[in-house]
Amino acid sequence: MASILDIPRNQSAVVRHVGGDRSFRRRIMEMGLIPGTAIRVVGVAPLGDPITLAVRCGRISIRKDEASVVEVVT
Amino acid sequence: MNSPLPLVALIGNPNTGKTTVWNALTGNHAQVGNYPGVTVERRVGWMAIPGGNGVNLLDVPGTYSLVARTGEEQIAIKAVLGLQGQLRPELVVVCVDATNLERSLYIVLQFLEFGMRVVVALTMVDEAAASAPDPEKLSARLGCKVVPLSAHRRQGLDGLRAAIATALKDDVPPPSWRWSPSPILRSKLDLITESLPAEWPKNDATALWALMSVGAEDELVGIPPALRAAVAIDDKAAQPLDDEAIIGRYRWLDTEIHPLVAKPPDRLRTERIDRLLIHPVSGLMIFAVLMFSIFQALFLGADPIITAIEDVFAWVGAGVRSTLPVSMFTDFVVDGLIAGVGAVVVFLPQILMLFFFLGLLESSGYMARIAFLMDRLMRTMNLHGRAFIPMLSGFACAVPAIMATRTMERKRDRILTMMVIPLTTCSARLPIYTLLIASLIPATLVGGWLPVQGLMMVGMYGFSIVSTLLVAWVLSRTLRPLRAKRLPFVIELPPYRMPIFGDVVRMMLRRAGSFLTDAGRIIVVGSIALWALLYFPRPSPEALSSWRTELAANDTGAPEDVEGLERGFRLEQSYAGRLGQAMEPVLSPLGFDWKIGVGIIGAFAAREVFVATMGVVYGIGGDVDEQTPRLRDRIRAERHRDGSVVYTPLVGITLMIFFALACQCMSTLAAVRRETRSLAWPTFLFGYMTILAWVVSFAVYQGGRMLGLG
Repeated sequence: MASILDIPRNQSAVVRHVGGDRSFRRRIMEMGLIPGTAIRVVGVAPLGDPITLAVRCGRISIRKDEASVVEVVT
Repeated sequence: MNSPLPLVALIGNPNTGKTTVWNALTGNHAQVGNYPGVTVERRVGWMAIPGGNGVNLLDVPGTYSLVARTGEEQIAIKAVLGLQGQLRPELVVVCVDATNLERSLYIVLQFLEFGMRVVVALTMVDEAAASAPDPEKLSARLGCKVVPLSAHRRQGLDGLRAAIATALKDDVPPPSWRWSPSPILRSKLDLITESLPAEWPKNDATALWALMSVGAEDELVGIPPALRAAVAIDDKAAQPLDDEAIIGRYRWLDTEIHPLVAKPPDRLRTERIDRLLIHPVSGLMIFAVLMFSIFQALFLGADPIITAIEDVFAWVGAGVRSTLPVSMFTDFVVDGLIAGVGAVVVFLPQILMLFFFLGLLESSGYMARIAFLMDRLMRTMNLHGRAFIPMLSGFACAVPAIMATRTMERKRDRILTMMVIPLTTCSARLPIYTLLIASLIPATLVGGWLPVQGLMMVGMYGFSIVSTLLVAWVLSRTLRPLRAKRLPFVIELPPYRMPIFGDVVRMMLRRAGSFLTDAGRIIVVGSIALWALLYFPRPSPEALSSWRTELAANDTGAPEDVEGLERGFRLEQSYAGRLGQAMEPVLSPLGFDWKIGVGIIGAFAAREVFVATMGVVYGIGGDVDEQTPRLRDRIRAERHRDGSVVYTPLVGITLMIFFALACQCMSTLAAVRRETRSLAWPTFLFGYMTILAWVVSFAVYQGGRMLGLG
């Protein structure tokens, strides 16, 4: 299954399933990243981590190890 | 009797312009208190509404949801339900960002589920332009009043006041859910409702809050065991129930609200700026330049103003001294009181500057980018990305730096940062380093071109950076309240916006004001206590005259500064002098004598005072600085009773290491006391730093002696 980390930069994908522990899932889903939401990888921090996603009309930044548990359909 | 004014809560997602709305509605006149149990400011301001005596507006910290995991996140639910003895708001004004509609309406749905009077303040309408929804249609879908605001142009505020006045007259609406819970969730909610504390509203929304918030690892406060037992759900079982609520709400928003947005808002500007500012090369370069400028402004820019303040207080002191008769009272007023107030005011330039910069960074949207850029680096020390600016500011002065930890939301992040900031090389350490290096380290060149003295100074900075990071790493792995828990790093990078100058200035003045009244009081009292320690007891006239006789008998014929020597004698007789002598057994393993001990006590007022105290101790008066040749000569000439040299280069290095690590600054402790609202944290800070300073100094001195450097 593809995760956010597999999305090439500036390409869109649709979230299929949000994994990870409860507080991470709850926080990111309450910010609007739920199954069915289209997201786009906007950028990576200069030190390689974290990454920035375009979610709905905003930008959310998460770390790579947490991004790896968000499954997407490209 | 007037009936008490209704309480109205102002809430919303972060970065929705809530502060601007609050300032505009209340004029920023607020009664400031504290939310129960957490060190977060609780501001209530009076606000006029048409046809009434006005209302009290409560500023609730920005949040994306009412669901909470930490004590800080719990503030919102407690404030809107009026728990823990707080008044329950009769209406909630929610700031909703017109450029990010679905996400900022999510919390509105939560309020509607509780059955609360809600007024939506639709902010950023001018920025959203064509993509802003029609307020009438939005209002019809939500079932509550929607008032469009354009904060920059201050439009719509009267409409908001009117809407609040009207809504307060309406009946409290019944709970309204936009999704229906499954039978499993339904039965769970019924079970939890039974166990809700009496003070809490007994409804499904409260039960759902408890179900989604309470868990094995939460840090919530005031959750009764009966409620915990009723929720009793492991994370795996909770997952489908969490999903049901969150997805249920967003599904409604996607079908009912999304069509109201004609087209997605234009984010081209933000995208363009980000391409530059978070770029691996240009992003880091701009970051470095910005940080360097802020640091220079604090370090050098504030300096002339600080000197001017010091001059004014010295001038006032001298004026008072010349008008009052020579007496103990005059000494108290000049050296205790006026100097103490001066010691507070002197922090203002840096505090004002730092908070001005913080305000600009925060309201422009760049602060979130700093957390983004620095996260990888700071994370290795278990520090928050936002800890970067406070720690950098620590290299100018720890007091504003400690106050700047407020930009972090979580208590653990704030306190860990506060516990390590005093290890950074603040500017007050520089006079000590300069004096010791210039007096004791030979001005030779290494390899023919590298000056040893300059290397020493760079070495002290390096030592301070390493020790700061190391201590953060150790503390976050050992001390329970500071331990790094696995917390999700999910931050929003808000669109870049033009800072609103008035809001920035208001915040800056508010912080400076609270420093003066809170920490300032402790610093004045501390300064007076320290003055008394160095002043009392005064030698009796007999003791003084026998000392004078002895001085005359030992007269070598060399010109003597009798006045300076007498001040030295008085200091030796004072409590501080005696304390220094009593401390000698603890200090001699570090190579320090009692005179250095007195200097260390004096330095508690501010580290640079060490230099002036040493001047007094050595009988050349307190009117010296690190550049005074006489003081340098005197330090080189100082001998122990057995005739051996006191200040070997090794002692000089050990003393610098001691000052690098010890928390010799009562203003720092006062600031930590103010920010943590506890005595335990400043006590811990002072304790661990003093022990660390002693142990490392001991190792350096004794190790150096073993290597034959003594």
